[in-house]
Parts: sequence; C-alpha cells; structure tokens
Amino acid sequence: MSTKQEFTITVYTENQVGLLGRIAMIFTRRKINIESMNTSPSESPDIFRFTIVITETEDVARKLVRQIEKQVEVLKAYHHTNDDIVWQEMAMYKVPTQIIAEKVVVERLLRSYGARAVVIRNDYTVFEVTGHREETDKLLEVLEPYGLIEFVRSARVAIIKGSHDFHERLREFEAAEPGESAAVNQYLDQQAAVFSM
Amino acid sequence: MQNKSLLPAMDALQTVDLPALPAEASAKAGSPPVNIALEPDIVLGTPNQPAFAEASAGKTGAQALLDGLLAEGVDTIFGYPGGAIMPIYDVLYDYRNQLRHILVRHEQGATHAAQGYARASGRVGVVFATSGPGATNLVTGLADAMIDSTPMVCITGQVFAHLLGTDAFQEIDVMNITTPVTKWNCQVTDARELPEALAKAFYIARSGRPGPVLIDITKNAQLQSFEYSGYVSCRHLRSYRPKPIVRPEYIAEAAALINAAERPFIIWGQGVILGNAEQEFQAFVEKSGIPAAWTILGAGALPTEHPQNVGMLGMHGNYGPNVLTNQCDVLIAIGMRFDDRVTGRLDKYAKQAKIVHLDIDPSEIDKNVLATVPVWGDCKETLPMLTAGVEAGNHEIWRQRFADCMREEIAEVIHQELNPTSDTLTMGEVIKGLNELCQGEAIIVTDVGQHQMVAIRYAQLNRTRSNITSGGLGTMGFCLPAAIGARFGAPDRTVVAVMGDGGFQMTLQELAVIMQENINVKILILNNNFLGMVRQWQQLFHEKRYSFVDMHNPDFVTIASGYGISGQSVSKRSELNDALKTMLEHDGAYLLNVMVGKEHNVFPMVPQGCGVGEIRLK
Repeated sequence: MSTKQEFTITVYTENQVGLLGRIAMIFTRRKINIESMNTSPSESPDIFRFTIVITETEDVARKLVRQIEKQVEVLKAYHHTNDDIVWQEMAMYKVPTQIIAEKVVVERLLRSYGARAVVIRNDYTVFEVTGHREETDKLLEVLEPYGLIEFVRSARVAIIKGSHDFHERLREFEAAEPGESAAVNQYLDQQAAVFSM
Repeated sequence: MQNKSLLPAMDALQTVDLPALPAEASAKAGSPPVNIALEPDIVLGTPNQPAFAEASAGKTGAQALLDGLLAEGVDTIFGYPGGAIMPIYDVLYDYRNQLRHILVRHEQGATHAAQGYARASGRVGVVFATSGPGATNLVTGLADAMIDSTPMVCITGQVFAHLLGTDAFQEIDVMNITTPVTKWNCQVTDARELPEALAKAFYIARSGRPGPVLIDITKNAQLQSFEYSGYVSCRHLRSYRPKPIVRPEYIAEAAALINAAERPFIIWGQGVILGNAEQEFQAFVEKSGIPAAWTILGAGALPTEHPQNVGMLGMHGNYGPNVLTNQCDVLIAIGMRFDDRVTGRLDKYAKQAKIVHLDIDPSEIDKNVLATVPVWGDCKETLPMLTAGVEAGNHEIWRQRFADCMREEIAEVIHQELNPTSDTLTMGEVIKGLNELCQGEAIIVTDVGQHQMVAIRYAQLNRTRSNITSGGLGTMGFCLPAAIGARFGAPDRTVVAVMGDGGFQMTLQELAVIMQENINVKILILNNNFLGMVRQWQQLFHEKRYSFVDMHNPDFVTIASGYGISGQSVSKRSELNDALKTMLEHDGAYLLNVMVGKEHNVFPMVPQGCGVGEIRLK
C-alpha cells in the first residue's frame, strides 16, 4: 500500500539512559515527524514500553520497526494501524470556576463529554477528558469562548487488540533474567567537590 | 641512585623512546600540541586535599580498564592522549610491555588504523582518544566502521562527572554525537560500572553483525578506587540476539529453488569474511557449480583465479556480472546487503529472478530487494546446510556466457587499461605490474576514488582478508592509517597501500607513525593531479565543467623524505617495473609516486539513474 496512514509503533526496551534518543534518532534520520511519543515502565519496572505515533506508508513503518529492533537494548517492536489497537489520549483543561458556576451551558457541555473534575478551587477548576484526538479537540474548540486558561494533552497510549500473552511472557522473561535499572550520574550536584571525592 | 621519577626511561625492553611529557614538550616546542591540556584542570575544591579518597582497596577504574583489555586479548591500541584520558595513559605506562600503544597523529588516523587492524586480523580494533576534540575527531572513523560492519571499541576520556553539561574545558556531548554512528555506546561515570560496560562493549562489537562501540569514561571514574572482583567477559545479553537459531525449512526451500534453477547466480559480500566462512562458501560454490561474483568488500573470499569467480559487481564492476544479473533465474545473495552501488536502479534490478538472501542481520533482508526465500542466520552455519541440500551441478553453458562477456570486456576496456600503447601510464598497468611481483599474496589497502576501482578490479587476491578499503562510507584518507593498522593485524604479510593524490593528503600526517614505529608499508600513489572520480562524473554528466577538482600537488617524495621514508617518482613506462620492484624489496617503508594519465576514466560504469543491464563499456 502506498498511501500514508497513522501507525502506532510499540517498543519494549531495557531501562537505560540514552535509549530514548537512540530510538528517536531512527525517525529523525529519515525526517519522519514523531506525532506523539509515550515512554513509561511496563508491568516490569526495568522494561520500558514506548508508544510512538507517525503517519507513513506500511512499507516504511515495517522497515522502521526492523531498524528499531536492531538496537542492542530493544527487546521487541511492533507496528499497528489504528484498526489494530485500542488507544486513548488524556487532555486537561483549566477553566475559571466562575464560568462553571454561572453558565449552565458549560456544565452541560462538560457532562456530555464525560469530563471529570480533577481539582476545584476558588479561582480555577481543572477538568480531564480521556478519548480520541477528535473528541478532545472538539471540547477544546467548544471551551475557547469560555475563558480557557490552560490546556495540555498527553501522548497516545495503546493496547494491541491482537496480543495474547504479552503479560505472561514479560513476567517470564523478567523472572528468567532480571533486568537492571538505569545507571545515572550521581555527581551532578557536587560540582564544587570535583577534587575532593 | 635510581631516578624513579616520570622522566622517559631507557627501558631495555622498549624499542622506542617514550614520548616526552607535556611539561617538557612545551619547553621544547614553540606551541603546545593541540589535545594535551598543559594547565592542570581548574581546581574548585581545596587543593591540599587528595585528588580522590581511597574509599575501598582494590584497583582504580583505569587499572580495571587495562586489566579488562588484556583479558579480552587486546594487544594493540591506537590512540592519542589528552587531559581527560591521562589517568588511563598513566596506568598504561605500567602496562607498556603487555599492551602495545601506537601514537597516531590525528584521532581519525587511530580509527582507520583500528579498522585496518580489524579487517586484516578479524580481531577487535581498539582506540583511545581524549575528550572534546579528540572524541569528535573519531566520528568519521566510527561512521566508516558502522556502515562497513567492522568490530571496534573506542575508549574516550571525559571530564569529571560532576562537570557534565557545564561546558567545561574540552567537554563535549560524546554520547549524543556518536549514537548514530555506533552499534552501542555508554558513559561510565563510576568505576564500579566499568568492568561490565567493557565486557558488554567487546561482546557487542564482535558478535552478530560486528560494529563499532564507544565507551566514554569520566575522569573521576578513571581515578576512583573500587572493589575490583576481576574481569568477567560477556557471553549473553537478554535483549540482544546476535545470531538466530536457523530454521531448516528455509534452507530446504532455498535448496529446492537452487536445484530447479537453470541460470543460478551467486553474489557474495563481506558477510562471508566476517563470518569466517570462506571454506564453507567455497564448498558451496564448488558443489553447486554456480558462477559467483563479489562486492568490493567481499573480494578475496574466493581467490581471484578460482574458475567460478566471474568478477566484480557494482557501478564499476565487470560487464558479465552486471548484465547477467538481469538474465539469471535464481539470485543467491550471501552476506551482502544490496547497496545502491551494486544494484543501480532498484526497479531495474533482477526483477525476473527469484532471490535467496542469506544474511545474519534480519533488517537487511527485504530492506532494498525483496527476497523470495530469506535465510536469516550466520552463514558459517547456513552454508553447510545449504551445501548439503543442493545437488552437485555444472551449469557450463550459463557460465560460458560470463566468459563471453569477459572476452568482450577485455577487448573493449581491459586490454587497453592493462597494456596501454599511449605514452602516459594507466592505473591498470601499475596494478598489473604489482600483481606480477606480489603474485596475489599481498594485502592491498586502497583509498577512495578511481584508483580504488581500478585496484580492486584488477588486483590478484589469492587469500581472504587481502582487500581493505572504505566501502559504504567512501572515506578519503582511509588508506594510509588503515595500512598501518593492517601491518599490526597481519605482521607476516606484505601490505601495499594504493592511493590517489587526493586521498593521500587527507591523512598524510600518519607518515610520522610509520617513521616512529618503523612500519613497513609500501605506499603507492597513483597521481593524476585531479580528484579523478569527481572529474569523471563532471566529464560524463556535467558537460566537463570541472568545478574545483584540479589539484596542484606538492612533491610527495620530498615530503616522504622529510619523514625519513625513501621513495621515488616515475612517469615513464620504462621505469615502472624497476620502481615497483625497488618499492617491494626495500627493507622498510617506501613511497612510490606514479604519474598517471590526467583525464583517464574508469570503465565499465553503470551511470547514475541506470539499471545494471545498462552498464557502459566506454
């Protein structure tokens, strides 16, 4: 297929400094825009799971995944279209509490979007909505005239529809050979102590 | 009374004087050498306190490093010292009779020397460089090793871990700069991390598809004492699968395809050499009776004179292999990656053939060319299995077509190139002369350009690991330092460094290494006072607009004599043979500058934008 579409690339890696850069570089090398990147520990704390979203052809995505797997500290990589995954993005909206108190319209709006109030204060309220890009974008558009103060969106996280025993295999893998946590620089706050270690 | 200070000692076991320490160097020379920090690092703490606390008895990071290198079987290091790597060099002084350190004159020279060493011997090349400019000077060599899959471990010094990110003196972000050009890299900020990092580095560099690895060691880690419990080499990493378990179904499918083929064709590359599978490969070729052609990095895996060796692939390869790629029905690719110089236009490359691709790197399979039967595995394992599955064959009629193409190529191109009638010398006839004297036993190291194509096309190679060149990256200046490395990697073989006038000048500072270490390298410059390959393209594709390719060259023989290296310059046919003989028989390094035709072109050629079938003989 030579048409471009959204691909979600899922990567399981070791937990080491520099790996994020190594993986991102595979995309920048080809001038592919990373539309969203999420990296967080999987169920095993020393195995990280990356979720990366790009828009490209299937051919390119497949070859990219092979190049990612080639990296020494990458365990496995997959690519899926939107049809093969279940995905969510979280968005938070900070609005003046006044608006909610005064305009019933806004209250109804937020209810219909399934927005959850995270924090309610005298001057501001923060709402959270989880869903697809179109849903969170629509709410953003709709809240604009009502004095929206701040907005933030998270990266995409996705579950693969066709996965069968990922969890079990991850657990087995970790049990068979435990991983290591990232070695980091312990000395950054000791700049003045350079010659008196 | 014995003076136990650090002044250079006339050690009876040493063959060379130790280099002068920085303090003395600045006293003697007018300006200090670039990368050695002459001022002590800025002391921020109390100067009267010791540099490091002895937290635990044992070894320092630097000692553990050298201990580890010895355990890994390293015997030669190519390096250039500097402030951030001085603790390691200080400890190296105590190891100088166990680890031979060759002082280069530019860190790029160190990387190419390590590559030459690795290619000639099959072992891991080791490089030492300091932080900042020392590390950035490694990048070209790392990129070259990366794309040509050469096993190499580079150790760079780094400023104190406390100072990372503060723009300290000679501090550079080595990790981010070298990530794209290394197979793996890591930064050691604590001595306790060092032994494991070193073990991983060597394992990754030499296993699977080999490649360059860099370890950046901060100065505190080098100086720090820790409980060293000995060196344990690495045999396994859970996230890394250097070679797979071979699936016999794929081998069976490949064998079936080959057995049914009427015009099968084998193309091989460096993978055969990297896998140490030359014997297995020859057995496969001979049993199957199939004609076989090589990429420039695969040259020599099968001897040049082998009856089934039908020549070179690629843009300047032989006529037969290129044209008949588009006539075969089964293409068997072994340890080669379908580089664009080999395939020409992909939409006109072997479209009619079924392709069997044997490779250890799964990301290479289907990357450029779709394989009908992919055989993922180490060719040392897969080739014997394949040989067992194929039937003994002959393919005489098909092989005759290669012979016919060769006859045509000889008539149109090769004969004039090797036996010219004009007054000016051709590059080809020089190589022919070299062949007659070396009898195919020498290691030929080449630089990049027209001379490279001519040398590799015409050199007679009887043995494997006889051809050392910069393939994927095409780095000019590769030849001289690589030839130095090759002499250390294969000390019992003659090494002839064939280069152009352009490439020689890129790294000629390494002549000082030849002088200092008495290295017997034969330097053969094919001098046309031009950047020949670029000029050829400008002539053929840019209407002879010779944009900045004309070079006014110095007298190379005088330069060599300044480095204490004998040499001569020839331009007449009558002088050539004697000059080559003098060069080869000279006891020590020798530079022979051969003036060749100025506007000579290398043919055959697959022009850009053309398929392999459209190769031009002239």
